[in-house]
Amino acid sequence: MPTLTINGRGLSVDAANDTPLLWAIREQLQMTGTKFGCGAGLCGACTVHVNGEAVRSCQTMVGDVAGKKITTIEGLSARGDHPLQKAWIAEQVPQCGYCQSGQIMQAASLLAKNPNPTKEEVVAHMDGNLCRCMTYSRIQKAIMRAATEMRTASASGNERRPT
Amino acid sequence: MNQHVKNVTPETTDLSRRSFLVGTAATGLVLGYAGVPGVGEALAAAPANFEPSVWYAIAPDGLVTVTCGKADMGQHIASTMAQMVCEELGAKWSDMRVSLASNDPRFNDPVLGAQLTGGSWSTMMNFDAMSRAGAAGRMALTEAAAVSMGVPASELVVRDSVISHPKSKKQMSFADIVKSGKATKTFTPDELKAIKLKTPDQYTMIGVSVPQLDIPSKTNGTAKYGIDVMLPGMAYGAVVTPPVRFGATVKSVDDSDAKKVPGFIKAVTLDDKTQTTSGWVVAVANTYANAKKAAAALKVSYDGGPNAKLSSQSLLDEAKRLQGLDDSGQFFVKDGDPAAAFGSAAKVLEAEYTTSINIHAPMEPMNATAEFKGDILHIYSGNQFATRSGAIAAGAAGIDPKFVVMHQMWLGGGFGRRLDADMMVPAVQAAKAIGKPVKVIYTRENDMTMDFSRPLTYQKVKAGVDGDGKLVALSHDVVSAWPTARWGIPDFLTPSVDKKGPLDSFTVNGADFFYTVPNHYVRAIKNELAHNATPSGQLRSVAPGWTFWAVESMIDEIAAATGKDPAQFRIALLDGKGKNDGGAQRLRNTLLAAMGLSGYGTKQLPKGEGMGVACVSSQERATASWTACVAHVAVAPSGEVTVKKLTVATDVGTQVHPDNIHAQVEGAALWGLSLALYEKATLKDGGIEQTNFDSYKPLRMSQVPEVAVAVIANGEKATGVGEPAVTVVAPAIGNAIFNASGARVRALPITAEAVKGAMKA
Repeated sequence: MPTLTINGRGLSVDAANDTPLLWAIREQLQMTGTKFGCGAGLCGACTVHVNGEAVRSCQTMVGDVAGKKITTIEGLSARGDHPLQKAWIAEQVPQCGYCQSGQIMQAASLLAKNPNPTKEEVVAHMDGNLCRCMTYSRIQKAIMRAATEMRTASASGNERRPT
Repeated sequence: MNQHVKNVTPETTDLSRRSFLVGTAATGLVLGYAGVPGVGEALAAAPANFEPSVWYAIAPDGLVTVTCGKADMGQHIASTMAQMVCEELGAKWSDMRVSLASNDPRFNDPVLGAQLTGGSWSTMMNFDAMSRAGAAGRMALTEAAAVSMGVPASELVVRDSVISHPKSKKQMSFADIVKSGKATKTFTPDELKAIKLKTPDQYTMIGVSVPQLDIPSKTNGTAKYGIDVMLPGMAYGAVVTPPVRFGATVKSVDDSDAKKVPGFIKAVTLDDKTQTTSGWVVAVANTYANAKKAAAALKVSYDGGPNAKLSSQSLLDEAKRLQGLDDSGQFFVKDGDPAAAFGSAAKVLEAEYTTSINIHAPMEPMNATAEFKGDILHIYSGNQFATRSGAIAAGAAGIDPKFVVMHQMWLGGGFGRRLDADMMVPAVQAAKAIGKPVKVIYTRENDMTMDFSRPLTYQKVKAGVDGDGKLVALSHDVVSAWPTARWGIPDFLTPSVDKKGPLDSFTVNGADFFYTVPNHYVRAIKNELAHNATPSGQLRSVAPGWTFWAVESMIDEIAAATGKDPAQFRIALLDGKGKNDGGAQRLRNTLLAAMGLSGYGTKQLPKGEGMGVACVSSQERATASWTACVAHVAVAPSGEVTVKKLTVATDVGTQVHPDNIHAQVEGAALWGLSLALYEKATLKDGGIEQTNFDSYKPLRMSQVPEVAVAVIANGEKATGVGEPAVTVVAPAIGNAIFNASGARVRALPITAEAVKGAMKA
């Protein structure tokens, strides 16, 4: 019975090693924020982080991620207040919302490495994530908004001095 | 199809026979229409146990929960319903909540008399009912507050969930009043009708982009879709679908290898008397991953049935054959005498327009969870047509529809796909077969190959122009599968004007445009072969998605043939004469707005670039939103098209939520672009060839052009916004390609090869 480290907790799942991580997360752990979209790595709805990298959980087998640090939308922030989540609300991005967990996780892996992406970098990073409602322009705006907020926060953090 | 399923005709609802009740119950203030079985009795007999509600309830803590009888598939209709109630009720937006209705007929649409979400109808058809419900609640609360405070009701002010008396500075919150238990009032239908609603200048909520109530849950993974339903002890079903879209039957199922899959429970061959599916087997197991493994291990042999040899080409050939027959089809429009007018016309143009099969492909694959509990069949699924889907589920179970409870979920995209109920059948029959709840989830491959697709269409348009270059005659034949006829609900069909029986107007809507053309025929021809081989559905915007492709391309062709500017030619045709009065002028104004916003005709474009216009009265003539588009494209010598900008103007009458309208119109316009350039499905050997997003390719972020949206809110009644902009984009792009390169394209999707082939040498 593999043990997975998900959102900072060690959780054992009753699943064979060749079970896609997606289904272990959704059914065994009943964390349903990660979505099934295509089962072939073509749409990005199932995106989670493994050791900080955005991966398609439908193409990642349980046996390959034992001992690695897995983060799902439920664990991206403690209170749903990651700058991207706040930006998604501020820009009123979601329509049906089904792809948005994957979009946010995909975007989070970009901003973790590149706090000041260009529009082209955003598009290149996000192009594997389909949104059938076509909320693409708002997704872009929200990523830029979150990036700005994260840069401002870290800049002000640097300036702060203990008194 | 579905011949055996009776009682799916939605009962017509007569609001005048209802009375509006406002009463108190232990759970809060309950507001709804009486005259619906159970409501009155429940209130009278046992108010303490009365479960809210019909349209909304106010809890003792002051929270107002609006029950939405519409499917919310991303158009935020639940939030919009709350906003309409909130405006008249006088509640604070942060006190508003929404819940999704079951299929209880109490929650039927007040105009449609059924639970059906489509046609961009929801806001327009519920605006009045929700407004009156809100106003009635405000009046009941105000009267109760007046009694409690000992002041005249006329001196009270309602704002932000507080009722105050400025003179005495007394005030009570909605919560206080509900807790007092004094809000009791019944409205007769006449009283309800007599309520004076706010005028637009008094609005404080309508027209404000309040935060959508469902959005936070869609940023943190907590929104529950059908696929997220978990029931104790449930099993999972993976579907094995045949290589033929429809008509195959299962000859045998060998489950010897499937039995080796851990957790495998059973292979269930569907016996679908509703004829929604054909030749399906469900592999049931303890997890979905195991169900999929078992499904892959099943050896199923099929009889391919009557459609196993058909292809897109054979459906198109049949369409052309049918169009060539004089006695095919039925007339949707029959004005004047086009044949005679062609005889005396100075110029006659003829052209054929086609559209491919298209697949809905919402991001949430089809799914349903079924559970038998005593006599009741519970279905959990995001669904756009609970009234019919409940009947299909009942048909699959062999029980009366009244024993089916549909639990609505958030929809991970609808676009018309979830008007259909095929997913009910495997879930119900698998649950019945194993005696446990079963959640069936389609793979993307199931979802694409078994879509109730937008049908392949073939249209022939003939136009006659007089010596002054005026369009005097148009005949328009539309050949397609008939998506709505497939439902078997007579109320959804339209009598033909030549009295040859009902036709499916959802194949020809839009062809009855607002241009003034004295001699105008529109003929709806059912392609029976396509109808049987590719059971079709309603894809976002439905018929106007193809009829305006033909009409707006042909109008452009006529303008070109007569040497006129295509926008000015349209404006002249939109003269508002006779039956077109009102609509034509509104459409003209959207065209002018789009022209202005895009800079149409104001500057010389570089070589290889062009602008094209189109304007549409989608959806139906009676429920139109007036929408125009200017597309700006660049065409490479290779024929490759780059859309540089889409400018869309739409007249929505009254805008409830401007930001949402903007989002819906932009999403619809990008759907239009996706269908115009990127999405194509094909039939081969009776099966849909595209199985996933590598071969069926909706628009991605890198393909999004600049989109400018202008919304005209002129105070007319609220219209729909979810669909119309889908329909205006393809013809605008086609016309822009002509403007840029001289290449006229007549087939959707538009390919570089077709553009290059149509360029003048």
